[in-house]
Amino acid sequence: MTTDELIIATCLRAGKIMVENGSEISRVDDTMIRIAQNAGVVQANTYVTITGVMMSIQGRNATQIAAVTKRTIDLEKVAQVNQLSREFADQSIDLPTLHARLGQLDQASRSFPLWLQLVGAALVSGPLMIMFRQETINTWPTVVIGTLGYLVFYLLNRYLKIKFLSELVAALFIGFAAEWAYQIGWGTNINDIIIGSLMPLVPGVPLTNAVRDILAGNFVSGPARAVEALISAAALGFGIAVVITIF
Amino acid sequence: MGVIGQLMLAYLAVLGFGLIINIPRHALNVAGWIGTITWGGYLIVQAYGGGVVLGSFIGSVGIGVLSNLVAHYKKMPSIIFNIPSLVSFVPGSQAYQMVRNFALGQYDQAVGFMLQVVVITGAIALGFLVAELLNQLIAFCQQQWRRLKV
Repeated sequence: MTTDELIIATCLRAGKIMVENGSEISRVDDTMIRIAQNAGVVQANTYVTITGVMMSIQGRNATQIAAVTKRTIDLEKVAQVNQLSREFADQSIDLPTLHARLGQLDQASRSFPLWLQLVGAALVSGPLMIMFRQETINTWPTVVIGTLGYLVFYLLNRYLKIKFLSELVAALFIGFAAEWAYQIGWGTNINDIIIGSLMPLVPGVPLTNAVRDILAGNFVSGPARAVEALISAAALGFGIAVVITIF
Repeated sequence: MGVIGQLMLAYLAVLGFGLIINIPRHALNVAGWIGTITWGGYLIVQAYGGGVVLGSFIGSVGIGVLSNLVAHYKKMPSIIFNIPSLVSFVPGSQAYQMVRNFALGQYDQAVGFMLQVVVITGAIALGFLVAELLNQLIAFCQQQWRRLKV
């Protein structure tokens, strides 16, 4: 591989990891240009969207494209790419090492274990229900149903790999479970239980990134992310609407 | 339930959302504190009768500015801090009431809740815009300050 090719391959790998794991577009652009500049390229062109990353070096023949087919949310990886880019900038690692380290980063999964994510879901659903509704009677049903709802979403998303369908089924599960808790007299207000239990599934990352991308002027990726957030919200809302209509 | 209780709950909720979206371990605590401080700001606005929309606006400005400061200090991307901190400001309750009233066929109430959701979301987005402006102002002032000292 020539140096030009290695530079482009490294930048594309960094950009692809960042887009895949939920970074905003302007940060990806910035990181890729920085890596290229620190590798000695005077003028590099990047074109980043949420479905693909392209890069060329001005005046040379090298241009490459990396397609982004899967998108998850793992902000730890975004932070690590940033860290590696910083290390490359103050020359504590060289270009081949950066390329290899990015490859390792892409393979390794350092996400929190499932049980800790479930603790997270419990912490989101219970406290937010109390904060939104100013009552504590329904706390335990909300915590339990919120945690189980997130578990349903997690497992389905892992084996089905269709995010919107997993959200729909999780919302259906939460609705029926809340109705059941209400009927056996465990909870007193079905609305409060559903509101709290849905909070771990709220599409916070696509929504925030949509706003940030649009404000930064990325009119391809921003609206696309907004659509993603909207479909997620619609899937959740539709699941709940079905339950409300039945009972 | 007092103010202290609300602030503790805000901290826990932000921590929980941080665990779900997998932010780096040593960023969890700081993100939680940003969430707590901005929720405190929201409660102050509420106490003076400012309403939910103004409260969300102030909260999101605070999140934007604090996240950027912390991001510079800890050398991490700022989205790591501002996405989990925002979870308390999501208009979840209103969005649910909107869906519920649409499902029950009570469209007049549903549209009312929908407008609330739109206005609150808009206030949060506007808050980010203002925060971005403040961040650039802070960066500019720091630059000038450094130039003056040299």
